Amino acid sequence: MMNGRLQVPPSVKKGEPFEVRVLMQHPMETGFRRDMNGKAIPTNIVNQVRVTLAGSELFSAELGTGLSANPYLAFYAMADASGELVVEWSDDRGEKGRMAAQVTVA
Amino acid sequence: MIAVLFFAASAMAGVEFQSADVRALQADDFANPGMLWVTKGERAWREPVATGAACQSCHGEASKSMKGVAAAYPKFDATIGRVVNLDERIEACRRVNQKAPALPAESEERLVLSAFVAHQSRGLPIQVSIDGLAKATFDRGAALYFTRAGQLNLACTHCHDRAWGKTLLNETISQGQPEGWPAYRLEWQSLASLQRRLRACFYGVRAEQPPFGDPDLVALELYLAHRAKGLPMSVPGVRR
Repeated sequence: MMNGRLQVPPSVKKGEPFEVRVLMQHPMETGFRRDMNGKAIPTNIVNQVRVTLAGSELFSAELGTGLSANPYLAFYAMADASGELVVEWSDDRGEKGRMAAQVTVA
Repeated sequence: MIAVLFFAASAMAGVEFQSADVRALQADDFANPGMLWVTKGERAWREPVATGAACQSCHGEASKSMKGVAAAYPKFDATIGRVVNLDERIEACRRVNQKAPALPAESEERLVLSAFVAHQSRGLPIQVSIDGLAKATFDRGAALYFTRAGQLNLACTHCHDRAWGKTLLNETISQGQPEGWPAYRLEWQSLASLQRRLRACFYGVRAEQPPFGDPDLVALELYLAHRAKGLPMSVPGVRR
């Protein structure tokens, strides 16, 4: 399981947008670099990110090689009821990451 | 020594020489990429290892037991018999008390623990001892700091005492203060130890790089820590 950080506000207002911040630890290898022996380092990027809130999908994204290592994503979401916000991602090697945070509608 | 006292009086944190966006990134506890390593270190601190107990089972809550510890390193360690930096001290504890296999220098498993422990001293002033058994190492570090090296024939002092604040290529030369290390360096896209940064400086003046863990690097670290006396720690720093 890959390492990451997820931040949601401690409590949110019903129907009002709140900021979600995501930080993933990942080398985001472009496939263009070579190692010390001149051998090409294979592409390895986070290619899929999926965000769900209380089981329903907020969005999913395909990331590209243009992102730097340890990608940082921030976006806004709205909630009508409390639920768990889950961020899942996977990379070219098939490794997966998952983070969850409780969104509380006050 | 007069020069040392003069510059110690006006010590400026390394992040002060960075651009506004890098300063903002370091100040943001969530977005600071170094916090990824600190989070991982916290997990490593709490979890028992295959060969022994967790760090926490002896040392307790790190926010209490490790507060201010990093600010006193490098330090003479009686059981190891020489001056060691925080990373080497943790590694010795892992090997002796956890019976864990040795980890290579600069490996992520080592970086995350030293970053997590150093993070507990954030905001506390650097205060190292250079007396007694640490004196010889300190003198060695001070001598190295003022010794010219490499094809460019420069000593640390030529840039970091005499020319800080000036521009080198598109970088502002810093005072070479160690308060933010281990820091996340954007160029390396990773957290890195102070030794890695020092080795990069040796490379920069085209000198032979001492290997990781070399006594000369530890001596330099001790000299830098003494030079930065009173400067608040800010691990994990962010540098370009």
